[in-house]
Amino acid sequence: MTLHELTRGDFPILARVVNGHPLAYLDSAASSQKPRTVIEAMSQYYERSHANVHRSIHTLGEEATELYEAARDRVQRFIGAARREEVVFTRGTTDGLNLLADALCAGLAPGDEVLITEMEHHSNIVPWQLAARRQRLALRAVPITGPGLLDLDALDRLLTARTRVVAFTHVSNVLGTINPVADICARARRVGAVTVVDGAQAAPHLALDMSVLGCDFYVFSPHKMLGPTGIGVLWGRRERLLGLEPTRGGGEMIKEVWIEHAEWNDLPWRFEPGTPPIAEAVGLTAAVEYLEKLGMDRVAEHERALTRQALAGLTALPGVRVFGPPAGVERGAVVAFAVEGLHPHDVAALLDAEGIAVRAGHHCAMPLMRRLGVVGTSRASFSVFSTPAEVARLVRAVADVRAVLA
Amino acid sequence: MIATRGPYSEVIRERWRRPRFRRAPAGATLVAEDVNPLCGDRVRLMLRLDGGRVAEAGFVGDSCAICTASADVVAELVSGKPAAEARALEPADVLAVLQADIRPTRMRCVTLPLSVLAKALNGGGA
Ligand SMILES: Cc1ncc(COP(=O)(O)O)c(C=O)c1O
Repeated sequence: MTLHELTRGDFPILARVVNGHPLAYLDSAASSQKPRTVIEAMSQYYERSHANVHRSIHTLGEEATELYEAARDRVQRFIGAARREEVVFTRGTTDGLNLLADALCAGLAPGDEVLITEMEHHSNIVPWQLAARRQRLALRAVPITGPGLLDLDALDRLLTARTRVVAFTHVSNVLGTINPVADICARARRVGAVTVVDGAQAAPHLALDMSVLGCDFYVFSPHKMLGPTGIGVLWGRRERLLGLEPTRGGGEMIKEVWIEHAEWNDLPWRFEPGTPPIAEAVGLTAAVEYLEKLGMDRVAEHERALTRQALAGLTALPGVRVFGPPAGVERGAVVAFAVEGLHPHDVAALLDAEGIAVRAGHHCAMPLMRRLGVVGTSRASFSVFSTPAEVARLVRAVADVRAVLA
Repeated sequence: MIATRGPYSEVIRERWRRPRFRRAPAGATLVAEDVNPLCGDRVRLMLRLDGGRVAEAGFVGDSCAICTASADVVAELVSGKPAAEARALEPADVLAVLQADIRPTRMRCVTLPLSVLAKALNGGGA
């Protein structure tokens, strides 16, 4: 049985008819759909166990706390983290990156350098800009080469004795490029820089193992991997987390509070002020269980096959330009493309009229768009429930859109 | 073949393929530009005023079919009009020409050229 045959019936939303056509949801890179088990786990939690977590001496409070902390254990195993206290729950990738930019840059001196890349999502650019402005840091970006790979020679040139942080994406949300995380981290370590990896597009598709990636921090968004919105994961190497001063205060992140000062709680709660996303953590557990049951290797293989099919189909169409690494180079489950003579929004609108959901625009990566010399692209992306028939529909529809507007 | 044309009416398709006012009028006195932060569409509107009238209007831009068609219609509708009348142009006036079924998510594509027009008539700027 192919993977989508196995999963298809588990996603209630896929039964929808959109504009008279069965929905072909090819926008999982923006946010994936959710299996029934995730939806039910969350409503069950609200129907049976909801209370605030920690410090509750009543039964429901204890159940909620257990469920919340069980999500941490589940994520720890899923990403190969050495210890549970290395897993911090945030509100999403963006939230995690803001937290890291604030905390990592707080102690830096004017003229210290932060290095990002040209292929970053705005959420891995703007938080560093804000921190750079506050601390008067220099913000630099590693360029990409023609085919959309990071220019590692340029990386070496940009790494200096003053580079304090190197923040980069594991998988590009536009190009699909899979960056060599361990290699980049090894180079960054040579100059003593801390490494931050944006795993938003990797966690849904690749088996992760923090013990071999070699980075100091890794962040991702469960809503892109079959889980709920509103929760994020920030993994940090224990020594690194211990070295960070919290930048956000509130309940839960403290041990003792006086009027003028406070003593921080232990890891990971030190970085989780306020009531956390509890139902979302429950949903996250169900999402991880779902993915583990399928097996991440099988998930990756399924999505690779769909990506290959889409690349081959779209590349063969006249007037269609496909972005990203050349065929044969492994990439994530996204295919960005442009149709000659058409604006990406019009492509997406015409595909939507056929029930096909793709994303169009700058994909929150304006510097990359500028580098590629386009205002935007259309982008199809795939998940465990995507099918070869949907990819075939996409390719046929893209072939047709030119007749309408071009 | 794609059967449904969504919002792409004959008028929009025609004006997207062959805009009539995509040009920079010589001696334009009022120039304004704006970007739709949602999609990155960019429209620049140029007006030559003569005795309180819009003697000539033109636009350039990087925008979708709906936005391009809207800019083309806006340029056409203001041409020859007194500035005060041009200022009173509303989305409904543009929609009436476009003859299209525009959903709320794409309304910004229709209204961007109108906000650029207001900016231009208020003295312009980027
Ligand atoms: C590479 C990358 N980084 C960061 C984000 C931001 O994720 P979120 O919106 O869940 O915070 C996204 C998703 O849009 C992404 O694709």
